[in-house]
Amino acid sequence: MRFIFKTSYEQDLRLAKHGGHVFWYSLLAVALVVAPWVAPEYWLAQLTFVLIYAIVGLGLMLLAGFTGLFSLGHAAFLGVGAYTQAVLTGMGWPFALSLACAAGLSAAVGVVVGLPALRVKGIYLGMATLSFGFIVEEVFARWESVTGGNSGKHLVPPEIWGFKFESTESFYFLCLVIAVVSTLAILNLLRSSTGRAFVAIRDSEISAQSMGIHLAWYKTLSFSISAALAGIGGALYAHKLQFISPDQFNILQSIDLLLMIVIGGLGSVHGAFLGAIFLITMPQMISLSKDWLPAAIGQAPGLQAVVYGVVLIAFVLFEPMGLYGRWLKVRTWLQMFPFYRRGLFKRQKSFQKSDRLR
Amino acid sequence: MTDNILLSAQNLSVRFGGVLAVNNVSFDVRRGEVFTLIGPNGAGKTTVFNLISRIYTPTNGTIAYAGPGGAMLPLTDQPPHKVAGLGIARTFQNIELFEHASVLHNLLIGRHTRRETGLWAEMFFTRKVRGAEVRAREKAEQIIDFLDLQHYRDTLVAGLPYGVRKVVELARALCTEPQLLLLDEPSSGLNMEETDDMAFWIQDIQHELGITVLMVEHDMSLVSKVSDRVLAMNQGEVVAMGTPREVQAHPGVIEAYLGTIDDVSNLRRPAGSSLGARA
Repeated sequence: MRFIFKTSYEQDLRLAKHGGHVFWYSLLAVALVVAPWVAPEYWLAQLTFVLIYAIVGLGLMLLAGFTGLFSLGHAAFLGVGAYTQAVLTGMGWPFALSLACAAGLSAAVGVVVGLPALRVKGIYLGMATLSFGFIVEEVFARWESVTGGNSGKHLVPPEIWGFKFESTESFYFLCLVIAVVSTLAILNLLRSSTGRAFVAIRDSEISAQSMGIHLAWYKTLSFSISAALAGIGGALYAHKLQFISPDQFNILQSIDLLLMIVIGGLGSVHGAFLGAIFLITMPQMISLSKDWLPAAIGQAPGLQAVVYGVVLIAFVLFEPMGLYGRWLKVRTWLQMFPFYRRGLFKRQKSFQKSDRLR
Repeated sequence: MTDNILLSAQNLSVRFGGVLAVNNVSFDVRRGEVFTLIGPNGAGKTTVFNLISRIYTPTNGTIAYAGPGGAMLPLTDQPPHKVAGLGIARTFQNIELFEHASVLHNLLIGRHTRRETGLWAEMFFTRKVRGAEVRAREKAEQIIDFLDLQHYRDTLVAGLPYGVRKVVELARALCTEPQLLLLDEPSSGLNMEETDDMAFWIQDIQHELGITVLMVEHDMSLVSKVSDRVLAMNQGEVVAMGTPREVQAHPGVIEAYLGTIDDVSNLRRPAGSSLGARA
């Protein structure tokens, strides 16, 4: 068990709270930096996808995990970012500027979608964002002059000051830098007043309001930051695949994104990354296991969907705090050995809320 | 005397469909006093609170509040999220804390109206944000010291006992540095000892911090211990107003709580008619 001797308020503001954090995150950073020289190219590409999905996951985590607003149409923001990037780089715009535009346009669309969030809650917000996702997908398919319709659109590799990010390694580093910057931005936001306002809205709107938090402003803000990150992720996703078509941004993609943060652990930044790792490695695991399973199961169509469904149900039933929550429990068990109690993470039934005021 | 008025409600009425929840209620809250609303269930006390914190809009009547400049301004023109910034903080009857956050985090949310930094600065966590965070923390620590919450600073609210949550909610309200503190049943769900503590804290808030308190309360010993003036309500109307002693002796108040002699005699059964007669 680690006891931290606190001597100043600044100490509580630090991102790395103690030597253990410094050590392990430095180790992670070193591992990520040397990965291109160590990992085979295929796994490096998978790692790049993990980073891209983690950027999108961070956005969705901010919205769903920290502000308590669920979006079932997040793939649409991904798509807006991807198509903006494809169109602008296609017109010869520099990479950084088109990325900023992709983020900005997604954020603007996020504001528009956020407006119903001011009026509807829970399942109704889910329905509103779901239908928004369908509309956007349809726009991608029909607006052929810009998006190329169902035949899709090709992208050129990103280029900054004449340097082309063509190789797997160079593009990996580009994604790594953007992922680190986004993570730091989100962490900073969460340890300051804006992030606290989001958490307040998630836990009790009525008292957030009486603490002086402008609900409409902060909900819209959360939607737009979330959409901007999805847009950035979408732009990188488009560059990585070098080809985009409307069916990459359909409802299944939205559900994958939601699945990712729920399995990762709602309400934790780690969860976005753990969820992304899960989402990317699971198909590989399934295809590897096909050789071991009896042919009737292993070769059955739709195996992946079934596994995803079972895993999601299992998590909701047995580990609502997700992978990160499970890790917290394991860590606490190790720290407190042999004094860990099973009920340590049990949440008390909450007291009656003033629902009638809503 | 009018200079001394912090909040003035005139002819307040609220109608929900066919129910007249508050009917023509007027009262003034003076600076520095503890003003208590009492009354049986459904009297409209909490509705008056919700009118002041702008969760409801009155059907009729006005609420004027002496803002930071000292001039009386109509509170009913303000959007709900502006009320805290004007210096009115409140607690809730059923505790509305941010449950999945620590006690300290809850108190810092209370500093929201006093925040000094914008979105972009916060994203980069600039030196200015760092300074503002430390100042917010210092203020929160003062409140923690004031209410003896040191032990619970880093505990999640979801894991705290009810009595402590009540104090945390009070602390969060104090963190907004209010002029007027609305306490909705501060002693409900507390045991004798905790209620006594609450009484001391309310007195300290009044005397040491100089905050005016408007509260709804059912525990009459607490009411008479801390209140300067009491307003009794029944079925949305004012029954009596005055010092705690005067109001408790008022025949209308006794009637509102216990019913009249006639009501009781109707309920009484003839002696010896059944086993339940003694009850």
